[in-house]
Amino acid sequence: MLITQISIFIENKPGRLAEVIGYLGKENINIHALSIADTTDFGILRLIVSDAGQAWNILKSRGLTVKQTDVIAVALRHKPGNLAHVLEELEGKNISIEYMYAFTSRSKVHDAMVIFRLDHQDEALERIKGCDIEIIGAEALQRLDREA
Amino acid sequence: MKKYWNPYIETMSRDELTALQNLRLRATVEKVYQNVSYYRDKMQKIGLLPADIQTAEDLKKLPFTTKQDMRDTYPYGLFAEPLEAISRIHASSGTTGKQTVVGYTKRDLDLWSECMARCLVMAGADRTDIVQVCYGYGLFTGGLGAHGGAEMLGAAVIPASTGNTRRQITMMKDFGSTVLCCTPSYALFLGDSLKEFGCSKDDIRLKIGVFGAEPWTPKMRAEIEDRLGLEAFDIYGLSEILGPSVSQDCKCHQGLHVWEDSFMPEIVDTETLEPLPDGERGELVITTINKEGLPLIRFRTRDIGSITHEKCGCGRVHARMSKVTGRSDDMLIIRGVNVFPSQIESVLLESSEIAPHYQIIVERVNNLDLMTVEIEVSENLFSDYVKGLEDTENKLKARIESVLGITCKVRLTEPKSIQRSEGKAKRVIDKRII
Repeated sequence: MLITQISIFIENKPGRLAEVIGYLGKENINIHALSIADTTDFGILRLIVSDAGQAWNILKSRGLTVKQTDVIAVALRHKPGNLAHVLEELEGKNISIEYMYAFTSRSKVHDAMVIFRLDHQDEALERIKGCDIEIIGAEALQRLDREA
Repeated sequence: MKKYWNPYIETMSRDELTALQNLRLRATVEKVYQNVSYYRDKMQKIGLLPADIQTAEDLKKLPFTTKQDMRDTYPYGLFAEPLEAISRIHASSGTTGKQTVVGYTKRDLDLWSECMARCLVMAGADRTDIVQVCYGYGLFTGGLGAHGGAEMLGAAVIPASTGNTRRQITMMKDFGSTVLCCTPSYALFLGDSLKEFGCSKDDIRLKIGVFGAEPWTPKMRAEIEDRLGLEAFDIYGLSEILGPSVSQDCKCHQGLHVWEDSFMPEIVDTETLEPLPDGERGELVITTINKEGLPLIRFRTRDIGSITHEKCGCGRVHARMSKVTGRSDDMLIIRGVNVFPSQIESVLLESSEIAPHYQIIVERVNNLDLMTVEIEVSENLFSDYVKGLEDTENKLKARIESVLGITCKVRLTEPKSIQRSEGKAKRVIDKRII
C-alpha cells in the first residue's frame, strides 16, 4: 500500500531545478507528482515518478543527495469536500501529517490523488486501516497512468 | 606621568639584560629538567644536560615545544610546579577538541600583571585612567590578563567583557573611559556604532586603545584612531606563553617590545627551523625564563614575523618584533578566538561516520568577523522534510559553537558544490580584507 517517493536536496540557485528535472526527462522518467519544500538556502524536491529505482540511479550518478521514502497515496474523486473528508478521517484516528501534496489525475474514477507522509508512519498505517479512505499502491498508480 | 612602569628592567643596558636572561635561562632549564619528565626525556634523548645551556647562544641546542606536546601531556603534564602551587588555570582551544591548558602560580599572575602594566604605561596610561576591558573574561586570557595589569597600575577597571555594544558605548560615555582594551575589529565596530547610538567621538573621552588577539593592518589602525579619537597600540600574546602583554608597541610604533627579561624570542626558518638573523621573516619561537607554573622551552608560536634588536627611540632596550603577518599552520583567528579547521572536522565526525566535505568561509561584515561553515549534505545528514534538515543544521551549529566558543552560521550545500583542488576540498576561504 506504500509507494516510493524520491527526494532530492537542492540548493536555491537559479536554474538548478530545471537542471535536476532535466536529468530525468532525458532518461524518459515521467513525473506523476512533485512538491518542493523550501527555505532561504535550500529546497527539498519530492517526486513520485514512473520508475523510482531508475530515477534514484540517475540522480545519484549526477552526484546528488537522494533519498527514497515510503509515502501513502490516497485516491479520491475530484469533488468539493472530498479532501476535507480524508483529512477528518486521519484526524479522527489521531494521525499527524508530516507533509502532503495533492494533484489531479486524468483517470476517470480517481481523478484526484493526495500523497501523505505521516508522523510515525508505521504506527499510523495500522490505524489508517479502519478509515474510509482509498489507499492505492504503486501498481495501481502506474495503471492509472496507463489508463489515461 | 610615568614613562616606564619598571624603569630598571625596561631601560637596563643590553649587557645587563643579556646577563639577566642567561641567569634565568639556566635556572629555567634546570627546573624543567628536574620537574618535568617530558622535557627531561626529550633532552636525554639527544644527550643534552642542563649544564650544556649557559647562554642565549645555546638556546638552539634545545628541542622545540609545540601545541602537540601540550596535547600529548594534557592536561598538566608540562606543569613544573605541583598543583597546590597553581593559582589559576586558563585554557585555549586545541586543534582537535582537546584544550591547551595553562597554569599560573601566584607569582606568574603577578608577572602577568606587571607585563600588562608595563604595556599600559608604555601606551601612556597611568593610575588616573579608566580602563574599559572588552575582551572576553573567562578561560580566554584576554579579559583577566588586561584586567590584572590595569589593576596593578592602579587605574580604575571596568570589566565590561564582550558583547552588548549599546551598553559598552553607554559606559564609555557615562563612566568616562579613557583606555579601551579589545580586539581591533571590535574597536572598529564600536567606532562605527557610535553614531547609531546617538554618540559622536566628542562625547567619549578615550585617549588610548590597546588592541590585540588578532592580526590588523596600519590602515585599520588609522581608521580606529580616527573613529574613536585615540592612539592605538598593538598588544601581542598567547595563552601558552602568558596571555596578552608578551609584547606591545611603544609610542614610536616601530615594532612590539618583547619583555625580554621574561621571554626570549627567536625567529626560525619555517622549513629548516634554523634560527634566522635580525630582520628576516620566519616563525616566532619563545622561551619563557621567568615563569614557574608552565615554563615553555622554545615554544613554536606559529606566528610569522621578524625581530630587531636595534635601539628604540623610547629608550627601552627590549627587542622589537614586527606585527604578526601570518601563520605557519592553518589556524584562523576569528573575533580574537583561535579556530582550527580540524575542530570543525571533529564535530562533523561525531555526527556521521565519514565526515562530509565542509568549507569555512570567513568574512568581515560591518567590521565584525562572520564565520559560515558550509557542509555538503551527505545521505545520512539528509532528511526529506524541512524540519529534519533544519534540526541537523541547528545541531551542527550548536556543536561547532560550543567547541569553538564563537558563533557561526551553518549552511547545508549540495554534494560537490565545494571547490576541490586535486581531489582535496579547499577548507578555508578567508575573504577578510584587513
